[in-house]
Amino acid sequence: MKNTFIARNPSVLWFLLALAVFTVVVTILSEATGFGLISTSFLKTLGKTLCLCLVAIAMDVVWGYCGILSLGHFAFFGIGGYAIGMWLMYARTEGLVQVSLQSSALPPTPQEITDAIGSQIFGVVGSSDFPVIWAFSHSLTLQLLAVILVPGLLALIFGWLAFRSRVTGVYLSILTQAMTLALSLYFFQNDTGLRGNNGLSGLQNIPGLEDRSQAVVSLWFFWGSAIALALGYVLFAYVVSGKFGSVVRAIRDNEARVRFLGYHVEQYKLFIFTLTAMVAGIAGALYYPQAGIINPAEIAPIASIYLAVWVAIGGRGRLYGAVIGAALVSLLSSWFTGGSAPDINLGFYVIKWTDWWLVLLGLSFVLVTLYFPKGIGGIFDALGRKRVEGDAS
Amino acid sequence: MLRLLFACFVLCLAAPVAHAQSLQAILQGHADAVESPSRKTVDAVIASLADAPVDGIPTFLEDWRDKSIWMRTSDGVFFSVVEDGDGLILTDLDSGEETTVADDDGFSQAKPNAGVRRVISGALVQFLLSDPDISRRIAALDSIGRDPSADQLDPLRASIAGEPDADVLARKQQLERQLTAQFGTDTDARIAAINHLSGDLSVEVRGVISQILTTRQFVAASIPDGTNVAQILVIDEDLTADEAYQLLVSEDLAPATVSTADIVSTLTAQIADGQVAGVAVATLDTDAARYAAYETLVANGDAAPFVSPEERAAALDAHTFYTAYVEPNSAITDAAEDAQAAISLQLGVGQTFDLTLDALSLASIYFLAAIGLAITFGVMGVINMAHGEFIMMGAYTGYVVQQIVPDYTVSILIALPLAFMVTFAAGVAMERLVIRHLYHRPLETLLATFGIAIVLQQLAKNIFGTQARPLTSPDWLAGAWVLNDVVQISYIRIAIFVLALLFLGLILFILKRTRLGLEVRAVTQNPGMAASMGINPDRINMLTFGLGSGIAGIAGVAIGLYAKVTSEMGADYIVQSFMTVVVGGVGNVWGTLAGASLIGFTQKGIEWFNPSNTLAAQTYMILFVILFIQFRPKGIVALKGRAAGD
Repeated sequence: MKNTFIARNPSVLWFLLALAVFTVVVTILSEATGFGLISTSFLKTLGKTLCLCLVAIAMDVVWGYCGILSLGHFAFFGIGGYAIGMWLMYARTEGLVQVSLQSSALPPTPQEITDAIGSQIFGVVGSSDFPVIWAFSHSLTLQLLAVILVPGLLALIFGWLAFRSRVTGVYLSILTQAMTLALSLYFFQNDTGLRGNNGLSGLQNIPGLEDRSQAVVSLWFFWGSAIALALGYVLFAYVVSGKFGSVVRAIRDNEARVRFLGYHVEQYKLFIFTLTAMVAGIAGALYYPQAGIINPAEIAPIASIYLAVWVAIGGRGRLYGAVIGAALVSLLSSWFTGGSAPDINLGFYVIKWTDWWLVLLGLSFVLVTLYFPKGIGGIFDALGRKRVEGDAS
Repeated sequence: MLRLLFACFVLCLAAPVAHAQSLQAILQGHADAVESPSRKTVDAVIASLADAPVDGIPTFLEDWRDKSIWMRTSDGVFFSVVEDGDGLILTDLDSGEETTVADDDGFSQAKPNAGVRRVISGALVQFLLSDPDISRRIAALDSIGRDPSADQLDPLRASIAGEPDADVLARKQQLERQLTAQFGTDTDARIAAINHLSGDLSVEVRGVISQILTTRQFVAASIPDGTNVAQILVIDEDLTADEAYQLLVSEDLAPATVSTADIVSTLTAQIADGQVAGVAVATLDTDAARYAAYETLVANGDAAPFVSPEERAAALDAHTFYTAYVEPNSAITDAAEDAQAAISLQLGVGQTFDLTLDALSLASIYFLAAIGLAITFGVMGVINMAHGEFIMMGAYTGYVVQQIVPDYTVSILIALPLAFMVTFAAGVAMERLVIRHLYHRPLETLLATFGIAIVLQQLAKNIFGTQARPLTSPDWLAGAWVLNDVVQISYIRIAIFVLALLFLGLILFILKRTRLGLEVRAVTQNPGMAASMGINPDRINMLTFGLGSGIAGIAGVAIGLYAKVTSEMGADYIVQSFMTVVVGGVGNVWGTLAGASLIGFTQKGIEWFNPSNTLAAQTYMILFVILFIQFRPKGIVALKGRAAGD
């Protein structure tokens, strides 16, 4: 079994090897081990990039393999972040509150602690009561479950409604975009209990690890992200290969024909849609503790479109393409918008990359769509065509 | 009031003294009465002023009332005075000339008492209400309307008889009724006035009625006689038992309950040696433990006892809770209740109508934003994510034209066709360069046009900056069409509605009555067949795309007129526009109209339930659309037959 799986997916081994080498090199060069060639903030950027790669391969599976251009997967990513963020914020605030209540004359009752946490967290939106959706925020286990279950359930319900009524193609894209917009508007509201546009903050402080330096914690998160990416890659490589994967790709190519062959197209699509949403949630839960803050702007429809852009530039229908696209574009993006890219002086006009990077990205995106529909991954295909002759396209 | 009088004051100073008889001369005739006024003498002064054809009387009266009239004891001349440290700034009453004296020796201040001041105020109102200048009369009425009081009633009544202007007369009579209803002394007259007011929707009248119906909450063992009871309050229905008991406590009719905070403070106060009531402080970390400790304190007599539930219930039972009108006369409050019911009925009708107008204008905006998309998306099956950015381009075109042409009317007239041309050209260029290559890959059209959207948005940001740019509407579009105090709609929204109708007609005309429309429909239904009939599908696609984009440009000017122009304005409309097209049914102009109406009306309807939260309205709106698609996947107006495609 393992042999055949590897044989069908030669890229898995190469990918895992590359990821392992990368992780080891980064670990050695990180501040935590003493070399300090990679600063903690850059280590965090690398860790976050790995998470983005994970959500990108999920997007690749749902779009590149199953043909559903979902403009909602970054919303699932954000929900995962919010789910873990709720616990991080609750647990950290609980610690702070307990310290501050030490000084009061009577030892605090559980109710007083909860009230103090509530007013601490929700003070910014003029409230102090715990909303219903925070009911499980005290429990890491339950919130970790929520990281997977909330996006999964949402995708399941939405997908069931959408696929059942045979909404396909661009309609489905627009519908998922509408869902994303609804979600981000929901998160934006002050009275839905997620702190409105303030979002959740201070997530980089992990409760229980206060005595560890950020350099160490960041490294741990980097490892976690690498492991998650490796597992996700293997999982998706397994899903899209074999008989199941063939059906999924057939749905992408001609849905009606697959249905006439007797397959339950809706179930396949629903499975892929829900599974990728769950993985997106996990990626988000790893990303936001490294980012430190999450707010509703993160899950605006535009973010999900950027996700599609990464996958398209990297190359659809090949998992490593998604990884390349996400890593390349997001790293370039933070390099250009971070102000470290050198400005180009034309004499009469200075091109500031902070202003012009999006123009460049948009144009390259149009060009890639027009002339290189296979993206960067297509180059690898061309190079390796002789070796993997006859392999799945 | 003071500001108004100050304005009069300034005017009076500016006015040349054209009369033979001066104010000073009249005052000298009553010198003693002015200098030390009393209730007996003040009327004579005012009567002589009322007949005098001189300026500056209201100003003088105001100064007199405010104790700013001083007399120079040497010659008995009166001045309007502002105290300036030890010195005085004297203003001549007739010429307005200012002089300064170092100290107030040799001057005596006229100090009318409270009763006299009231008489002067009444006279002042009367003077202003009978002022020959109509604008001052209106200003006086405005100030009464803003701040009505009982002592304005008599002067107002007195001024009605001599009012020459019909409008001002009606205004005075209306105000007279309001004042009578509120402050009148005769019950029948008040009831008549209240009945007259019912059906008037103005804010002033609503304020008067609710003022009459002001109630207070009371609690008593039994309701005293002569109380004008508004409502007997039932516990658990009109107020909670806790609120009722709080009321009892605040009236000293029952002992205060012991709250959690009370327990904490009492316990804290009694801590000694880490112990309170014989219990270690460290163990008091639950409510139950604290409660037990507190009871020990009560048993020792160190704390106020708890109020038992039985005591509480007995105390609540023993008393009646009720609200009573501040107005003691029940006939008047009954009439006012009737009037309020009539007003609120009319108000409801008015608000419904207003909401309908609001929804209609929102629907027109959505229609304008979506109709261009309906053509490109519906008729051509091409999805254009840059449609919102075309709207933005149109709006910025309008802004640029306004920078060059300062006349707003002319600039709008130039901007509309120019915006069409600019976005038409952009649309044609985009179709030729990008979309043409992607007709068989619709999902990729979405992505490519999105790339263009990013570029256009960022370019707009680079050129115009991130701050919002105004697109000013011409004067004749400012303001609003006011039906009454409840129903009003701004002209700009009416204009957008008219524009939406125009475009509906225009597009229907182009599609159904012109050669181009015929060819567009032919290409839509079957490009191959159309091509073999001698139609050039490339040209048609190009023109159709240009047309859709051009309309987006015009929509941009229209939207920019009532919202601000920003580089992100397009993104705000794109999702709504897509939903409008999808809900309405793809490929049909009537469908877009139906979709825009449905979305506009539903959104306004949801907002009506929760007016403070438009974000929630949008959220539920989107959920509604997602569910709606479940039941009509092809939209409201679904194409049938071969044109429907797959």
